Amino acid sequence: MKRHLLEAADLDRDDATLVLDTAAQIEQALAGREVKKLPTLRGRTVVNLFYEDSTRTRISFELAAKRLSADVINFSAKGSSVSKGESLKDTALTLEAMGADGVVVRHSASGAPHRLANWVRGSVVNAGDGTHEHPTQALLDAYTIRHRLGRLDGVRVTIVGDVLHSRVARSNVVLLQTLGAEVTLVAPPTLLPVGVGSWPAEVGYDLDAVLPKSDVVMMLRVQGERMNASFFPSAREYSRRYGLDARRMAALPDDAIVMHPGPMNRGMEIAAEVADSVRSTIVEQVANGVSVRMAVLYLLLGGAAQ
Amino acid sequence: MARTPEPARSPSPGSAPGTLLTGADVARVIDRIAHQLIERAASVTAGRDAPAGDATGLSSLVLVGIPTRGAPLARRLAARIEAFSGITVDVGTVDITLYRDDLRLRGVRALESTVLPDGGIDDRLVVLVDDVLFSGRSVRAALDALRDLGRPHSVQLAVLVDRGHRELPIRADYVGKNVPTSRSQQVRVHLAETDGVDEVLVTEGESQ
Repeated sequence: MKRHLLEAADLDRDDATLVLDTAAQIEQALAGREVKKLPTLRGRTVVNLFYEDSTRTRISFELAAKRLSADVINFSAKGSSVSKGESLKDTALTLEAMGADGVVVRHSASGAPHRLANWVRGSVVNAGDGTHEHPTQALLDAYTIRHRLGRLDGVRVTIVGDVLHSRVARSNVVLLQTLGAEVTLVAPPTLLPVGVGSWPAEVGYDLDAVLPKSDVVMMLRVQGERMNASFFPSAREYSRRYGLDARRMAALPDDAIVMHPGPMNRGMEIAAEVADSVRSTIVEQVANGVSVRMAVLYLLLGGAAQ
Repeated sequence: MARTPEPARSPSPGSAPGTLLTGADVARVIDRIAHQLIERAASVTAGRDAPAGDATGLSSLVLVGIPTRGAPLARRLAARIEAFSGITVDVGTVDITLYRDDLRLRGVRALESTVLPDGGIDDRLVVLVDDVLFSGRSVRAALDALRDLGRPHSVQLAVLVDRGHRELPIRADYVGKNVPTSRSQQVRVHLAETDGVDEVLVTEGESQ
């Protein structure tokens, strides 16, 4: 494996499979235990560097690092020297001087983790950069699919919604393709990025036509906070054309599952009754996130320094 | 006072390279350890509250294999104990990779499975099973892992081969064969489940 995890393309098929297998073994080893802690990363320091608001990803990484006995330092831009104007590079050098073995970074600028990787000696894990990538989310999604359906090869995954602003979609397309799944993107034309034709995925605009041929439907959050123009006429119209409600869910094959990276806009891209149905893996995805992030931290930080 | 000079570590005598145990030897050794386990289970658990109808103490026994080759060895021991006594004993595996003290000295390795019997290991007689006892560090890691998994009544150790050169105060309770080796030698255990054939070989050289 490479020293950093910056984008889904850093993982070839063997590496990605190793991460998923390791996560499965860790989950199995911790299942039903009272002491959910492993001594593996004792004495190592992991810094969570969050320039953007996040609840589940930061907590998930924090829990993963703590379960491996690493020391965790949480750094959020609010209330830190960043609000006094410190640059990313100076912050990185400060962390370097304090001896961070791993840096988990979330930043609103696409590519920030790549820059950071040139400045620090430790491993950098991208926890979401702008509208670019979120590789650990793609790993936990792949893990969830494999867990539920028993395989990834040939699984038909449909990703629906705000692809334009979604780092989750981009990472998932790359990783799922690496692992042999077939990905279809469905979105209003205004919410597809330029150059989507070159992605290793089919593109469609009619959700109802694709649903019967989907083993997995992944609904994306409509990212209102990143929308600086009107991409669709109204929430109601978006919901009618691209939202997943009970009627559409009924069109899915029997064993198909419904995923969402969270946080959800209930009633917008996903109806409450769908989110709470047995097909929904949304809560499972959160739990799997901890195992997958433990696997990533173990594989990047567990061995000898390279 | 003059100290006796320490004997030079190398070259120590070691064993002649070649086959140490054949398939038939391996089977015999496993049979013998199975008999010893049956005997000792009765004495270790004597006086404790055994479930009604179990005078053998075997119901409290859990054989826990250390992957890779300890796992099939544990299953074989359980099968022989069942053949000799008619009682099915619980079997598990515990992966020690995440508990190793040499993680930082080597590259990361893939994990193996950890499976414990449904009832857990609390208050039971756990016998760790491994193929080769060498430095004792694997066993220490396994003991650390067990501490996180529960609180056994007692823990014992069964190994197919004890090759010496301990680096920790650890000894085995059941030993298939004691083999004097030099540090430069390799002891390779092959089992049908993992390698297609049962045998134990001694080879020269540090290669791994």
